[in-house]
Amino acid sequence: MKVYSCLILNKAGGLIYQNNVNPGLNSLSSNDFLVLAGTLHGVHAIASKIKPIPSQAKDDIGVTNTHNTNTNLIATGKSQNANSNQSGLQTIETDFFNLYIFQTLTGLKFVIVTSPNPVVHNLQPMNDFKSISRGELQKQYDSTVKLFRQLYLLFSDFVMKDPFYSLDMPVKSSLFDMRVKELLV
Amino acid sequence: MSKTTRYSGDEMWKNNVEKIQNSELFTLTYGSVVSQLCRDFNNNYQEVNQQLDRMGYNIGMRLIEEFLAKTGAQRCQTFKETAEMISKVGFKIFLNIQPTVTNWTQDGKTFSLVLNENPLADFVELPMGPDNRICRDLWYSQVLCGVLRGALQMVQLDVDVWFVKDVLRGDDQTELRLRLNKFLKDEVPAGED
Repeated sequence: MKVYSCLILNKAGGLIYQNNVNPGLNSLSSNDFLVLAGTLHGVHAIASKIKPIPSQAKDDIGVTNTHNTNTNLIATGKSQNANSNQSGLQTIETDFFNLYIFQTLTGLKFVIVTSPNPVVHNLQPMNDFKSISRGELQKQYDSTVKLFRQLYLLFSDFVMKDPFYSLDMPVKSSLFDMRVKELLV
Repeated sequence: MSKTTRYSGDEMWKNNVEKIQNSELFTLTYGSVVSQLCRDFNNNYQEVNQQLDRMGYNIGMRLIEEFLAKTGAQRCQTFKETAEMISKVGFKIFLNIQPTVTNWTQDGKTFSLVLNENPLADFVELPMGPDNRICRDLWYSQVLCGVLRGALQMVQLDVDVWFVKDVLRGDDQTELRLRLNKFLKDEVPAGED
């Protein structure tokens, strides 16, 4: 998977950071990126509104899912996935690119645009559904989880701890730029 | 996700300390900030408390991101859970202490955090003047109140935080209280369940 571009949106949907880490995308003007950010923000919000009402059958599964995720963290201190994007737009997968959205509890959104899913030959038939809960095609999604975690950590270090950074404003930090490049190139 | 990227609270604390090399430097820096503020405001301790609170608030608003990034905490379902999260995870990774959560009010909206040890005050003794004003007015660790207020506000919890007891003043324990005013439901980002 190749990451082409990385965007960070503040909680109001404004673009605060954008970095074309790997060339390959058509170049967009900075205005286009602002529009893209705003659009994603809106679509994300709408997507969370149009999710279906959970049916009775799904509720049974829902109970285990909504079982409090923090209990383990409080008991053992073991860290977990920081993504709080449960019902909003999470991924867009196309033949040309994939786009992933990670959202924090504070409302920040991290967006990355990557190369599309690889073509998988000889897909294993999913006979044993439980043992292969995640198909071959999910692999790329899984690897973004790790990237987002690292990206969020970089952000919390190199942006939030910069005493001259003001909250919700565009990020202009060459240190952060450098670290993001190191991570994503 | 691979196991190597997951840390427990202890490890996070260790990593943090390695980064700043020497946690005494932090204690001493805080001490000099407080004493400088006292000088700057001519020993107007109420004003000093306010300044410390404001500083803490700005820290908290930023620190919450690191907290979430490192722990991956999800939204707490009850204020009780928030209390546990603050004491067992928050204080643990940033100060390596675990305050006791106690003194809940009936409505479950106010509780106390009792700090059995306070790294900010490791080497501190308040000077006893003739009128003892500093012991009456100054809350030496007020910055913690601001940090909690700022951090919780960023996750849409409007709280008041204040000290009620401090061993530096001769009390039997160091205790701060948190009161939940409001859960800012409208400001919760879309996409959470």
